Amino acid sequence: MILAENLSHQYGSRLALSNVNFEVKAGEIFGLLGPNGGGKSTLFRILSTMMAPTGGRAEVAGHDVARDPAAVRRSIGVVFQTQSLDKALTVAENLRAQGHLHGLSGSKLNDRMQQVMERLGLADRRNDIVETLSGGLKRRVEIAKGLLHRPVVLLMDEASTGLDPGARRELWQYVEELRSREGVTILLTTHILDEADRCDRLALLHQGRVVAEGTPAHLRSGIGGDVVVLEPAETADAAALASRIETRFGLKPVVVDGVLRVEIANGHRFITEVVEAFPGAIDSVGLHKPTLEDVFVRETGASIE
Amino acid sequence: MNNFWLPVVTLWQRELVRFWRQKSRVLGVVASPLVFWLLIGSGSGDLGRFFAGALVLTVLFSAIFSTISIIEDRREGFLLSMLVSPASRTSLVLGKILGAATLAWIQGLIFLAFAPLAGVSIGIAEVVAVIGAVFLVSFTLTGLGFVIAWRMSSTSGFHAIMNLLLVPMWMVSGSLFPMATAHGWIKVVMWVNPLTYSISLLNGLLKLSSGSPGISVSLLVTAVFGVVLLLASGVVANQKSLVSNA
Repeated sequence: MILAENLSHQYGSRLALSNVNFEVKAGEIFGLLGPNGGGKSTLFRILSTMMAPTGGRAEVAGHDVARDPAAVRRSIGVVFQTQSLDKALTVAENLRAQGHLHGLSGSKLNDRMQQVMERLGLADRRNDIVETLSGGLKRRVEIAKGLLHRPVVLLMDEASTGLDPGARRELWQYVEELRSREGVTILLTTHILDEADRCDRLALLHQGRVVAEGTPAHLRSGIGGDVVVLEPAETADAAALASRIETRFGLKPVVVDGVLRVEIANGHRFITEVVEAFPGAIDSVGLHKPTLEDVFVRETGASIE
Repeated sequence: MNNFWLPVVTLWQRELVRFWRQKSRVLGVVASPLVFWLLIGSGSGDLGRFFAGALVLTVLFSAIFSTISIIEDRREGFLLSMLVSPASRTSLVLGKILGAATLAWIQGLIFLAFAPLAGVSIGIAEVVAVIGAVFLVSFTLTGLGFVIAWRMSSTSGFHAIMNLLLVPMWMVSGSLFPMATAHGWIKVVMWVNPLTYSISLLNGLLKLSSGSPGISVSLLVTAVFGVVLLLASGVVANQKSLVSNA
């Protein structure tokens, strides 16, 4: 349903995307996970036809985004990270304008507006001016707008930004329902790990490249066993501690923001050994099962957030 | 066809609804040209001579005000969802320009209500002609604002253009001094300045002065200028890359 082939994009001399390849199947929820500036927004702009790529190609719903943007635009619903609502208009007026832009009108449009508003719990807000709504409600109106014309592909750019946990949960319930009931294919960008974990498949983007791709479980299984996080004492130097651990245990800790990460099976045993081996050098110790953050650190040596 | 006109009408309507909900905008746009006119006109003892110029300034301010919103609207705002919708670029441009031109027109008409103070006395037929001419000028200046705003990435750039291009253009359009008494190269600038013809069109129809250029030439130049700007707006809006940078 969505295809990227050697997709590249350059802003002047800065390479924002470099040979990106992935495919999203019909009915999938596909996530692009990465830090801000990793290339997510550029990719999003290309897929939503706002910008033509400078290299490679991309297809959405069987149409080339650069050669036939009009056909792509008929197939997609877009939920922007920034507001795309007219704040001076009411909820219903915003939706009506959106319907008109997609060639819907009359009773067909009214029925569809009613449906979408009910689905998203906006029916009693239809005559409220958007300006007066809370952040969560505005987001819901954005989503209603993106879904109004029954797109086959929904593109969401950091859709849950600014939502409280409750509102985010509701949003996800709705997204999953949309996929299972109406078979909509969903591509979303995110830098939130919980959110990435709920996707069917993920591509990890870093400095314009896809550094890993697969289901969240598959990505995590690439890391053996546990992840141990060591915070050096204030007086100790993280890099020095890392090299001492390397000589002593034959492991290579990764240092991110002054904290050491070690991938290891049976982490609990390692913890007692390392703390005894370097008394006073370690301030705090943590152990957890691999997360997507760990996968990202392993692939890039950098943290997502 | 429906798919072409529906977006045009909906965008036009959107401008009007927004305008209606922010009525204080009217005051801001009409008040300052009105003050300029009353000061300059009263001081020089000739309110009639500066009336058309002040009327065009009202329309110019309104057109700038409406089109400047395009810049932010595209970065974050309603324009984004217009751009990823299947509606044709041409209908989006037409809807936006018609909407903004209608607002400039309404504000121009409010200013026109002060015409009796300028000593204007014309018949019904001429009043209708003036109302039509004010719309034509509104449409032209909105088109000009659109062409400039569409390529801009920041509103401060637009302000610079306003101060260095639009306001000077207005100054040498016959609004402050007539072409007949202008000196040297300024006269040439006035002759090629399309706004000169807008001013003389209004002056002619309001019977405030009967100097050159004449009404029919003025009408022709203003109309051609409007059509050229509409086409130019269509061209800039149809360019492929819609976002200039990250």
